[in-house]
Parts: sequence; structure tokens; C-alpha cells
Amino acid sequence: MSKIAIIKYNAGNVQSVLHALERLGKTAIWTDDPKEIQQAEWVIFPGVGEASSAMRHLRERGLDEVIGALHQPVLGICLGLQLFCRHSEENDTECLGIFDVNIRKFNAGAEGLKVPHIGWNTLQDLRGPLFEGVPESSYVYFVHSYFAEKNKDAVATTEYGEPFAAALQRDNFYAVQFHPEKSGEMGRRILNNFLKIKH
Amino acid sequence: MLAKRIIPCLDIKDGQTVKGIQFENLRHAGDPVELAAAYARQGADELVFLDITATHEGRSTLVDLVRRIASVLDIPFTVGGGIQSIAAVEALLQAGADKVSVNSAAVRRPAILNELAKSFGNQCIVLAVDGRPNEEGEWFAYLNGGRIPTELRVLDWVREATDRGAGEILFTSMAHDGTKGGFALEITQAVSEAVSVPVIASGGAGEACHFLDVFREAKADAALAASVFHFGEIPIPSLKNYLSNHGIPVRK
Repeated sequence: MSKIAIIKYNAGNVQSVLHALERLGKTAIWTDDPKEIQQAEWVIFPGVGEASSAMRHLRERGLDEVIGALHQPVLGICLGLQLFCRHSEENDTECLGIFDVNIRKFNAGAEGLKVPHIGWNTLQDLRGPLFEGVPESSYVYFVHSYFAEKNKDAVATTEYGEPFAAALQRDNFYAVQFHPEKSGEMGRRILNNFLKIKH
Repeated sequence: MLAKRIIPCLDIKDGQTVKGIQFENLRHAGDPVELAAAYARQGADELVFLDITATHEGRSTLVDLVRRIASVLDIPFTVGGGIQSIAAVEALLQAGADKVSVNSAAVRRPAILNELAKSFGNQCIVLAVDGRPNEEGEWFAYLNGGRIPTELRVLDWVREATDRGAGEILFTSMAHDGTKGGFALEITQAVSEAVSVPVIASGGAGEACHFLDVFREAKADAALAASVFHFGEIPIPSLKNYLSNHGIPVRK
């Protein structure tokens, strides 16, 4: 029985996460079955796509309630982090409300800020088990147009126009705005750290 | 702080790289997966694979190749070259490519950009533009590797393309490509200022100072090059040290 479940929904990019787990010597199941998700030791909620259609999909399948009630370590990646928050500006979407923070869009006009935020940027103010052995100012890969503001649950901060929450943590819920599966050695370490967190 | 990106580009034909690389001893000089891994070790920030296979049969080889690259590579990569349809984009993204670049397909039918962005998100869609200046110094987009002119002014085209959903622009000056005399700084800066998405500069890299210029003066967000990297002329680690010493933020 596989110990890692990756939540299956209509927001792509599961391949890179699966490959990254393989490179760590782990296998995972890709599933939208509530039982399989609930029974996994670790749950990963990846995502590349658009917030409102993703939330609609999750609600239709009751996955919103399943996710919110999980007790084991859960990691949201990219869109996954955004859906864990309260509300997203992207099509005015109500999200899962696991983190008490809202999602805003980067302001493209401001001093030539390019949107999406694409590329390698640094992590600061690192806290918690996700970032064990990850030095301040480590580079990870971002590709996103929406972000979570800095707040009390931020365990990593990145600067792009303004400082924003690169990672969030509350109880058993973890989330990263960047793509650890595409962030070289540091990303690998962060994923591995997540998979060492015990229930 | 967001780093400027260094992006090696590999030409692929029938699932093999057209040239090997000279900076490492590789067992299989034509194996894109080995080359990709070598570049990632060297500190490349992303990779671009350009498919120059002429035949239709070669396309499924590309999807298989993307799958193999994705299983090994832990940095982002983009695939481009002859991508004509939404189905082709879907197959490549599902196989594991992070981004797909389109050029002539978008020129022929610009609405494909809207459709691609809607289906996959604008962050996966790169518009590749090959440009040349006319006698008055106005830049126009060209097809077929810079050979066939279009009526599209580069600056108008990149604005339209990003409005339609391209999340990034890859701009190659065909007048500079292969010359090793430096990137096309003025037009690259104009492109960078014309759009609010990131711009990857391409064409003309010959020395480390060319990269400095394209970041500092032309305001490019990333720079792509092929032979200077393949032949070991500018090792990526020393390029990044050079840039960093001159105040350019790079990932090290």
C-alpha cells in the first residue's frame, strides 16, 4: 500500500512531482478517491491551472471537505498553496480557507514588474521542518501570477515587487508557492524534508 | 531577488541532439538526456529543446524524448520547433515539458494563443519570434528559421501575442544569430519594454560581456545561447561568476 497520495484533480503537472518522488526513491499513488487520500501517510496537492475551475472540480467531488479534514502532513504546491487560502483574486474564487490569508495578483504595471513571476528567486526567514538544511537565500523556481501576502503562517518569504509568502505552515498543512520538483538540489531537499515529517 | 536566467538551447533531430557538447566526456554525445543532466549540473537555470526534425514521424519520438528528459531533469525545460496544434501541446505538457514554445503556428492563427492559454495557462506558453530589421531599421517577424518575411512588426506582434495569452517571449535576432558579435540590444530592450511578461533574449552570444549587456542594457530577463555553451567556450559557472561580479543577480 502506497504511503504517499497525490491528489488528482483538473489542475495539471503531476508528472514532474511523480518524477521527483521517483528520484527520491519513493512511489506515490495519484488519486481522487477519498479513502485512498485519507489513508496515505503524506498527501501532496500539486497544481498548475486556474483557481475557480479547480475549486469547482474539488467541490463537485467532495474533495474540498476531504482535504480540510486531513490529519496527516499535507503539502500544497503552487496553485495548491493558493487553493489552501481563504480567497483568490483569480476570478474572485472562494478557496479552502485552511490558511487565513488572501491571494492577490502581482501588479504588472508597477515599475516594470514582469508577470508571471518566472524564474529562480531566493527564500528568506525560513522556519520549520520543511527548510531543515536549507540556507537563507537559497534559490528555488517560481512560475505564478498570483501570490499570498506575508502573514503569521508564512515560513518562508520571497521578494518580488513586495515580500510575499513563499511557504505557509499551520498544524499539519504545509504549502509552497514555488516548485520544489523543479528546483534542483534544494527543491529535492525540501521535498525530502516534507516526507520525513511524521503524523 | 529574482535572478537573471541562463538558458542553453539544444537542437533535436529524430530524438537525438544534432551536436554533442565539448565540455564534458559523455558516453553518448547525441543523447539529449545526458546532455540535459550535464547542463543542469553546470548550473543552467532552464533548458530549451528545439526540434528540427523535418518529418511527421519524428513528432512522436519527441514526446518519448520529453518523457525521458522529464524523469531525469530537476530544472524546468521548454520544448519548441514545429508545434502546430493544441493536441501537440497537450501531449508535450502531459509528457512532462514545463513550457512549450510556438512560432509559425501562432503567426498563421493567432487565436491559437488564446486557446492554449485558456487550456493550459499562460505560464506554459512561450511565443518564439525570429526577427530581422528592414532597411529603415524596423524589425519584422520571420518564419522558417528567419528566411520567410511576414508583415508583422515585431513590437506589434509581441504585444498582440501577450494580450492573447503568451506568458513569455523568446526573441531571436536572426541578424545576430551565429555571429557571436553580441545580442541585438536595442530591439531586445524595445521588446522588453513593450510587454509585461518576461523576455528571453536569443541570438549573437559570443562572450560573457554580451550577456552582461543584454541583462543590464537591454533589460532581458533571461538569455539563451547554444554553441558558446556546447563548445565549452563560456562555461556556465564562470559566466555566472562574471555576471555576479558585475552586479547581476544570478543563481549560484
